[in-house]
Amino acid sequence: MKFAVTVEVRLLPGIADPQGATLERALPALGFDEVAGVRVGKAIRFTISAVDEQTARDRVGELCDLLLANPVMEEVGVTLERVGSVGPTGGKG
Amino acid sequence: MSARVAIVVFPGSNCEHDVALALDGLGADPNFVWHTDVSLRNADAVVLPGGFAHGDYLRPGALARFSPIMKAIGDFAASGGPVLGICNGFQILCEAGLLPGALQKNQRLKFICAPSRVRVDSNHSVITNGIDEGVTLALPINHFDGNYICDARTAADLRETNSIILRYTANPNGSIDDIAGISNLKGNVAGLMPHPERACDPLSGSVDGELLLRALVRAALTEDGIAR
Repeated sequence: MKFAVTVEVRLLPGIADPQGATLERALPALGFDEVAGVRVGKAIRFTISAVDEQTARDRVGELCDLLLANPVMEEVGVTLERVGSVGPTGGKG
Repeated sequence: MSARVAIVVFPGSNCEHDVALALDGLGADPNFVWHTDVSLRNADAVVLPGGFAHGDYLRPGALARFSPIMKAIGDFAASGGPVLGICNGFQILCEAGLLPGALQKNQRLKFICAPSRVRVDSNHSVITNGIDEGVTLALPINHFDGNYICDARTAADLRETNSIILRYTANPNGSIDDIAGISNLKGNVAGLMPHPERACDPLSGSVDGELLLRALVRAALTEDGIAR
């Protein structure tokens, strides 16, 4: 099975986020006074092949712990979705 | 006999020649080691220089940590060998778990390139051994991610074990506890954000960096890696 994965890496609350702060400061000049709490993170997309969804989730979790996020400063959110045809010939997936 | 110092070069390192020049001036024998090498070739000490290893992609140090040479550096550190990370090298050592904590973006959201003053608060390390505690040094800083952070327990451990070796006298970047440099428990692995190699010539405005690098050379020639 193949899964499309999006890993969202977010800075933990309290960690300095210069991009988010700069964006937020610029917004009133564009007429968006009502926007607050801007935080900039990263979205990392990839596909993963695994025998089932749980295995895919476990492997993605390992990858996040090992490389994609630094737990001292960051947290992750993972979304995972099966891609490709379920038919025997497979799809474009 | 001169100390053989391996300077680890990653794609994107840019301070390796400054480090080599400074060490050469102190009578050491610097050698460059490429990040894909697997051996430190009988080095007595290792320096991870500043720069932007692997473009700082993902996070500073995140990818450098997986370079083939890091296994040898981990083994060398575990055996008590002197290891120093300067600036980006410090970030790499934190990512690799050879030092605790991490370096986040500067608090005032700016890249800082400026002189700084740091105080030696512990001489129990490879770069501060033999230096009187309380001495202040003039060293340049040059970083965006130099704001040291760790959890409260780690911070308490660092204080209790005299592992905070250098503190800024005027905190430029928001580091907790004014931390400019730390060491591991044993003292043989040290990291700092300021650049001692850029303060080794009177023309650069300070020669205080020589004190730290001389301590590293001294540690390299000591049997157990660190003078106590």
